This record gives sequence, C-alpha cells and structure tokens, in this order.
Amino acid sequence: MILDDFMTRAALAGIGTALAAAPLGCFVVWRRMAYFGDATAHAAILGVALSLAFQLPVFAGALVVALVMATVVSLMSGRGYAMDTLLGVMAHSALAFGLVAVSFLDSVRIDVMAYLFGDILAVSRGDLAVIWGGAVLVLGLVGWRWSALLTATLNPDLARAAGLDPRREELVLTLSLAVVVAVAIKVVGVLLITAMLIVPAATVRPFARTPEAMGLGAAALAMATSYGGLRLSYAFDTPTGPTIVCVAAICFALSASLAGLMRRQRG
Amino acid sequence: MTDPLVEIRNLTVRYGESVALDDVSLSVAGGEIVTIVGPNGSGKSTLIRAILGGVTPARGGVHKAPGLRIGYVPQRLVLDPTLPMTVRRFLSLPRRVSAAAAREALDSAGVPGLGGRQMAALSGGQFQRVLLARALLERPDLLILDEATAGLDQPGSAAFYRRIEEVRAETGCAVLMVSHDLHVVMSASDRVVCLNGHVCCEGAPEVVAETPDYRALFGEGTRGTMALYRHHHDHSHGDGHAHGHDHEHSHDHSHDPEHRQPAAAEGTQNSDPGR
Repeated sequence: MILDDFMTRAALAGIGTALAAAPLGCFVVWRRMAYFGDATAHAAILGVALSLAFQLPVFAGALVVALVMATVVSLMSGRGYAMDTLLGVMAHSALAFGLVAVSFLDSVRIDVMAYLFGDILAVSRGDLAVIWGGAVLVLGLVGWRWSALLTATLNPDLARAAGLDPRREELVLTLSLAVVVAVAIKVVGVLLITAMLIVPAATVRPFARTPEAMGLGAAALAMATSYGGLRLSYAFDTPTGPTIVCVAAICFALSASLAGLMRRQRG
Repeated sequence: MTDPLVEIRNLTVRYGESVALDDVSLSVAGGEIVTIVGPNGSGKSTLIRAILGGVTPARGGVHKAPGLRIGYVPQRLVLDPTLPMTVRRFLSLPRRVSAAAAREALDSAGVPGLGGRQMAALSGGQFQRVLLARALLERPDLLILDEATAGLDQPGSAAFYRRIEEVRAETGCAVLMVSHDLHVVMSASDRVVCLNGHVCCEGAPEVVAETPDYRALFGEGTRGTMALYRHHHDHSHGDGHAHGHDHEHSHDHSHDPEHRQPAAAEGTQNSDPGR
C-alpha cells in the first residue's frame, strides 16, 4: 500500500500541516500575533513532557497545554506589561520548564530533538490521521468564520456593530492555533512552528490583492515548500523540519526582492 | 414619536478607578440626527462602544429596539499593511453584497468607481466615504459615526456631513454622531447632547450653544463660528441655488470662501476665522 512508504507518509504529513498552518498564519500576520504563536508553540513542549509522564498521547497533551497557554496569555494581556514583554517571558519560561520536565523522565528515553525540531520521517499512520484530522478541523473553522474573523481583525467595534462577538472570533483563532501547534510538533517541532505559520503568508503578501488570494496563495506555497524541503532533505541528508523552513525562507527572500524591484519600477 | 431605537438608562461605566460615564441617560428616536459633543476624555467614544456592546456597564444599561440594524463608521480604521484589501472586498465584510449593491453604495457615498482600488491607496476623504458606504450597505436603522471626519479638512468634513443629512433624507435612518467639528455638526443636528462624563445639557443646537455649561466647555468663540456655518448651511440648501446639490469636493472648495466672506462682513462674531 502506498502509505507503507515513509517518504509518502512524510510528504502527506508535511502537506497536511502546511494546509492548516498557512491560512491561519495569515491571521497571525494580520493581527501581529507571531510572538503569540511562539508562546503557544513553546508551551507545547511542556505538554509533551506531561503526556509522556502520564502515558497520554503526545498530541492531546500538547493541545491542552497550548490551549492553557493561549488562554493565560489572553487573560494576562493589558495588566501592566507590554504584550511582547509578556509573551517573551511566557514563551521562554514555558520552553525552559518543558525542557526541565522532560529531563525528569528518565524512565522513558526520549529524544528531545525530535520534539524541538520535528521528526517527519518517523510519522506513523496514526500520526497521519491526527495531522489530517487536525488540518481539516482548522481549515473548517477558519473557513467557516473567515469573514467574521476578517471583520474582527479590522476593527472589533465594526464587528460588534454587525452583530458579531469579536471575543468569540478570537477564541476560534486561539483554538485553531493550539490545534496547528499540536499537529505540527511531529513535522517541524515546537521551535519552528511559527515559521510554518507566518513565512508563507508573508511571502505571498506582495502579490495578493485580497485576503482570500493571500490565504489561498499561502496554502499553495506552503504545500510546495513542504514537499520541496522534504525532497531536498532526502537528497542532501539534512534535518527535514529545518530544511522545509529554509526553503520557505528562501522563497520569502526572493519574494521580498521581487516586490522591491516592482516598487522601484513603478515609482 | 415611535419607540426609541436606542434607549440608554442611567448608564455608568468605570475603567478601573476612573469613571468614564456617570449616570448617562439618552435616547435616539427613528429618523433623528443626534450629535454628542464634549471635550477629550468626556466619554464620547465609551458611550458609542456601550451602544455597540463593547463595554460592560457598572450600572444601568443600553436597550436596543429588537432587530435594530446598526451601520457604524469608526473614528479611524487602521489597516495593517500586511492585509491586502480592495474596496469591493471591504464592502462585503462581514456579509457578501452583490456587485450592483456595492456600486450603488459607493455612488451613494459620493465615491463612485473605487471598487478595484486598494483600501491603503485611498485618500483620507475617500477612505471615510468608503467606510460610510459599507455602513449604508447594512441598510441601517441607526447610523453611528464616531468622529468620522477626524482626518479631513474643513470643506471635506462639511461635505461629508451634508452627505449624511441627504442619506437620512433618502433612507429615513436615525443618525448618532460624535464630533469635534462643533459648528459643522451642530448645524446639521436635530438635537445636541453635551457630554462631560455626565450629560451637561441637551436640546436643539441653538439652545445648547447658549447654555452656560456648553460655553464653559467650549468657550464663547464657537458660537460665532456656529452662526457662520448655520448661515452657510441654510444658504446652500435653502434656495435651490444652481450648485446647491452638487456635492463634489471641488464645490466646497470653490464656494466656501464666497459664503464665508459675506457672513464675516455681516458682522457675525467670527472670533476664530482660521478654523
């Protein structure tokens, strides 16, 4: 069967993650939530440690801790610290606590690197089911709330006047973000998840005229870079997660240079 | 008069220790233009946000007519540069509207043919009119404008408010607005509410402008400019003047000085001609 091949499973895992992360990543870019994504992702390593300690599925533990983190950050915002300070504190302390917690687990010999940078070549059929289940859930949520999310992103009062509840839309984003983090751990690891979210969106931005074009373009580009990164890592025997992010980053550099050239020509 | 569209009863809003609104009661009836004036920090924007449902009152509350449709034009809409947005797409937020409806709304707001442009490429005046067009697409019973002309020059904001009056005449919607452009706005209002944490005074523009509370807040000077604008306003709308219903920007630019000149010559107390 086709899923017997580890490269096929890896490709499907990368494409599934890219598909969910890129459109959501547009909102992360538009709402300037990159650091928020980081904090949520870094907290997930604590979730990994806890799930291993209590012998729960890693996905569930990461999801729950990512959700708790996102909620705590939302609640603490506007309480005297600037948002980026607060997120910086939370992101790195969550990571530090997670790493310390993992070190206590001497009964289970685990490779921390696999959770920090992903281990896409070891994706099992079960992992694939979780990744695609999560991707479909996130795409469904974001697609269903797309216009409402956009309105709330533009201006919360504008959303309220139209009968929407901006806090509910924020909750949709928070939940989606936690799911993406949980499914992406296996693919790129907690340290590089934010790159999967924002790099494709930022790359497509100069060529998009509408939010929808940016979302679709980001999804297409993210899938292409995931697959390209996977092939390259196989050819050059490099770590897969970081290779995918490198390919995405090179695309971003090309896009930014091209956009700069186009601006100069027009001006 | 019919039941009010919005009725605010004894509304008190606190931000931590400070009281933003203290026991404010106010209602807006169908088809009415009500203007809220007040100095900075007087709670004007808080009041608007309370009507939209964005603040939790410490006491009292806001009662809206069932099924009330609100069109809202915010003070300022900051578009993140990373968010691409055409005018046409913006008009369909959050509900999709047909191409014909979008075109009509842009025409009606005085900015025809802008649909394909990026929001970020619009001038201040065009931007505010696109916001107005979007608000009108909601077919509002109540149009709420929060300092909608903050970024416009005086002829621009005068033209904007004249457009609002026409919209009211065409659609019969009520209008609740907050503004710093006292003279322009007050002359277009049926009722003025002077707010400074609490309601200082309320009534017809001429009446409010004469009250001691209003003068204490805004000084004597504004009376003069208001009279001036009252004159301008009556003139351009009252006599079937050939250009009376031409609402191009150029009209305002070319005609303002003409009207301003005789008004000043008639000895209206224009203590602040620069404004």
